[in-house]
Amino acid sequence: MLQHLFAQGMSGLASASSLFLVASGLSIVFGVTRTVNFAHGAFYMLGAYAAYTLTDRFGPSSFWVAVVAAALIVAVIGALVEMTLLRRIYDAPELFQLLATFGVTLMVEDLVLVIFGPEDLLGPRAPGLEGAVVLLGKRIPAYDLFLIALGPLVLGALWLLFHRSRFGVLVRAATQDREMAAALGVNQKWLFTGVFALGVFLAALGGALQMPRDAVNHGMDLRVIVDVFVVVVIGGLGSTFGAFVAAILVSLLNAFGILILPKISLVLAFLVMAGVLGLRPWGLFGAKPSPVRAVVSRARLWRPLDGRGWFAAAILAGALAAAPLALDDYALGVGSEVLIFALFAASLHLLMSVGGLASFGHAAYFGLGAYGAALAAKALGAHLPLALAGGVVVAGLGAALFGRLAVTLSGVYFAMLTLAVAQIVWSVAFQWVDVTGGDNGIVGVWPPAYAASARGFFWLTLGVVAPALAALQIVVFSPFGYALRATRDSELRAEALGIDRRQVQWAAFVIAGCGAGLAGGLYVYLKGSVFPDSVGIPLSVDGLAMVLIGGVETVLGPIVGAVAFKALSIWLISKTDYSKLALGAIIVLGVVAMPKGLVGSLFIPRALVEKRR
Amino acid sequence: MERRAWARILGLVLLATPAGASAGEVKIGEINSYSALPAFTEPYRKGWQLALEEINAQGGINGDTLTVISKDDAGKPADAITAANELVSKDGVALLAGGFFSNIGLALSDFAAQKKIVYLAGEPLTDALVWSKGNRYTFRLRPSNYVQAAILADAAAKLPAKRWATIAPNYEYGQSAIAAFKKLLSAKRPDVEWVGEQWPPQGKIDAGSVAEAIAATNPEAIVNVEFGADLVKLVREGNTRGLFEGRSVVSFLTGEPEYLDPLKAEAPVGWYTTGYPWYGIDTPEHKAFIDAYKTKYNDYPRLGSVVGYETIKAAAAILAKAKSTDTDKLIAAAEGIELPSPFGPVTFRASDHQSTLGAFFGKTALVDGKGVMVDFSYKSGANYLPGDAEVKALRPAE
Repeated sequence: MLQHLFAQGMSGLASASSLFLVASGLSIVFGVTRTVNFAHGAFYMLGAYAAYTLTDRFGPSSFWVAVVAAALIVAVIGALVEMTLLRRIYDAPELFQLLATFGVTLMVEDLVLVIFGPEDLLGPRAPGLEGAVVLLGKRIPAYDLFLIALGPLVLGALWLLFHRSRFGVLVRAATQDREMAAALGVNQKWLFTGVFALGVFLAALGGALQMPRDAVNHGMDLRVIVDVFVVVVIGGLGSTFGAFVAAILVSLLNAFGILILPKISLVLAFLVMAGVLGLRPWGLFGAKPSPVRAVVSRARLWRPLDGRGWFAAAILAGALAAAPLALDDYALGVGSEVLIFALFAASLHLLMSVGGLASFGHAAYFGLGAYGAALAAKALGAHLPLALAGGVVVAGLGAALFGRLAVTLSGVYFAMLTLAVAQIVWSVAFQWVDVTGGDNGIVGVWPPAYAASARGFFWLTLGVVAPALAALQIVVFSPFGYALRATRDSELRAEALGIDRRQVQWAAFVIAGCGAGLAGGLYVYLKGSVFPDSVGIPLSVDGLAMVLIGGVETVLGPIVGAVAFKALSIWLISKTDYSKLALGAIIVLGVVAMPKGLVGSLFIPRALVEKRR
Repeated sequence: MERRAWARILGLVLLATPAGASAGEVKIGEINSYSALPAFTEPYRKGWQLALEEINAQGGINGDTLTVISKDDAGKPADAITAANELVSKDGVALLAGGFFSNIGLALSDFAAQKKIVYLAGEPLTDALVWSKGNRYTFRLRPSNYVQAAILADAAAKLPAKRWATIAPNYEYGQSAIAAFKKLLSAKRPDVEWVGEQWPPQGKIDAGSVAEAIAATNPEAIVNVEFGADLVKLVREGNTRGLFEGRSVVSFLTGEPEYLDPLKAEAPVGWYTTGYPWYGIDTPEHKAFIDAYKTKYNDYPRLGSVVGYETIKAAAAILAKAKSTDTDKLIAAAEGIELPSPFGPVTFRASDHQSTLGAFFGKTALVDGKGVMVDFSYKSGANYLPGDAEVKALRPAE
């Protein structure tokens, strides 16, 4: 028994080391540049592909050289990405860098396919470490022992770099207080590039070192990125040592957890993250972020729609209501889907832009609404209006429960807790086969006769979504909306005014959850079915992308962003084989050309005109 | 301003409207996870393109040209429905075909029932597709989970092993494969004991820990459902740690070139598995297929190639027999239709719309540093599928 536990522990430690390498890179990059680098997984994957290509070209004996060379090559690519893309948008609204790196990730996924082909590639094992070493009567792979030793070595090397070199001192200074470092004359440009390259180097090294254990494949990026986020957050953002401890914690819990609960891997890391953030809101070794100095937002002042604005909105709604007379069934189906996502994005916008709380798990409430409606219809036989209401109630209750927890946090930690919650909801939908149908979902939820035609359903969707959007618009400019913006702009001043921050943000969370739930319910009837991917991370990321594309600092941005993003992605999937490459490229170009989003950028000339007046 | 943006985007959507069908053309709508699963779908696409070429070279569908309009579903059921909607509402296809993931198969099947159009599923393996969630519009080509499990359980029952452990990805496919295998083996061998199970998340196996956890239960035999990159990791860790030494291994689908070839010289030896040994099948119908395939693509076929090829061949045969694109006539034509395939004749059973296409069963071996199947034989689905009465009880009442 003891032998088995020993072997299990060693295996866990080896996994921890691989995870740490990748996570430390992300943590360092975030600490200095405040960029949530979604492309970190893509660089990890590129590292593996580069190392495979090199060993394939120069033979298995070149393994060690190839691993280091691959990491260096990818680090150079990373530096180029930083210089040409990220450097242009550090001033853009928070999380805009996330959108840019998301675009890069999409592009890399398809590029890898074009360059390296679709098949899984088996790299060589590490020369000299192919076999196993017998310890306590168990065979432990020699490569695992190497990895176990490498983790602390890299940690030590990073410590030396940060504490014994000028570069490291600057990095630590910038991590602690970016503005102060800049004020003291530190050249931020090259510091950021250097840090980004270092982070990418670690990611690519981690990927290249997976070669002897894994098959190099084009899904590696997404598989690692979420785990890495989790580890970084548990450890505390910016803390390399925290990432090290968190990687060990998660990996060991997983290795031993599966002995008792073989299905635990799916959700374990997220349970740990939710637990840690509940006890320590800034992770195990993270410090409370220094309060943001009153950065005056350069956003245009928000104004409620005036009479003319509402008139235009009414005309637009009327025009849409007439659309079924001109469009075919397919276009109407797409139109319904786009409207549903406009509501989804608008509900996220209430949290993200009005409340300043970026949720990375908004799909949870979309999915709860979808499952709520589907179950109400299938299990209780509810009619469509009642089923939609049921979905809203389920989503609202979920948002009330999880929101209570989440609003105790802010910033990236809030984002990560919402992500964890969404992933836990996802795993319930995925595992609770008796109720949710598991992976096979719930099918056969079609609208009744009056909304069965594409035309009827479009009208139904418009009839639900347009009032809901109007209601959200009214909420934004209600006294409640002003209070919410006050908590966003200055927590301290808002509280001094007697605004109960948590109460207001909690209410916003519930309203946003209900909006997303309503969208989710409609979505079920549009598709006739619901599957766990309605709760999945990709949908949450899509929501973020819609709000950011539209313009996070604007009121109408999310609607325009949702229309643009959804219509474009449906069109690209239908028309091209490389939809991810095209969509990613459009996002990257859009980010550079319009760093304030579609609406934000298109409004700038008018803002100037107004100023002159 | 926002009004103009709306209009621009609506215009963008509308631009995609194509010209109507030309006379003398029959259209099939094909949907698969092209961008999500290229390792399977690229050979699959080559397979159906070859079939399409052959069909039109031989006069098409009763003189009409056959066209296949192919769409990507990005691996998501909801996107598959969008694509199906486009194919049915805009392109006016006669029937739908394709699919890889089980949940996408189920979503398309349900869509087909709602829109009253025939759906011919190629790959999705879930038993629910033709049984518990079966409907009269849905047909399926590939041997299902149940058939794979039955073929393997037959062989497993002949092994001396009594203590069994299972490793399967933690989602519907893995769960139902293990459930079917356990039920069938326990029925044949009441003395079998199930001593351990591991359910790593699909695509994220922690192979070392899983291998150790299985070893700790000390089984005499292991049944495996892992595939793709997870399989590679499991085999590598298991080989290094000696997990498979002195143990029998029975493994789903591992003999398919898609999964066996990437393992190169590290391919497992002596596993009992189902698969596709294209290098050793010398029936005339397979020879004709492989020659045509190699001539056209200068590459060897994978199992996906056969699935793609036969899916479109079956769709064409149904269309030709029905002499119409009317759904009811297509269903009538498809029920009980017999047609040739590279694996020999297959029938779409009238009782559950499952084809009798089978799989090759054999043992894995290493030849010239590559994994292959040896001692294999073809197992027709007809010999493993339950009878009509049993199937009727499994399907919902129409």
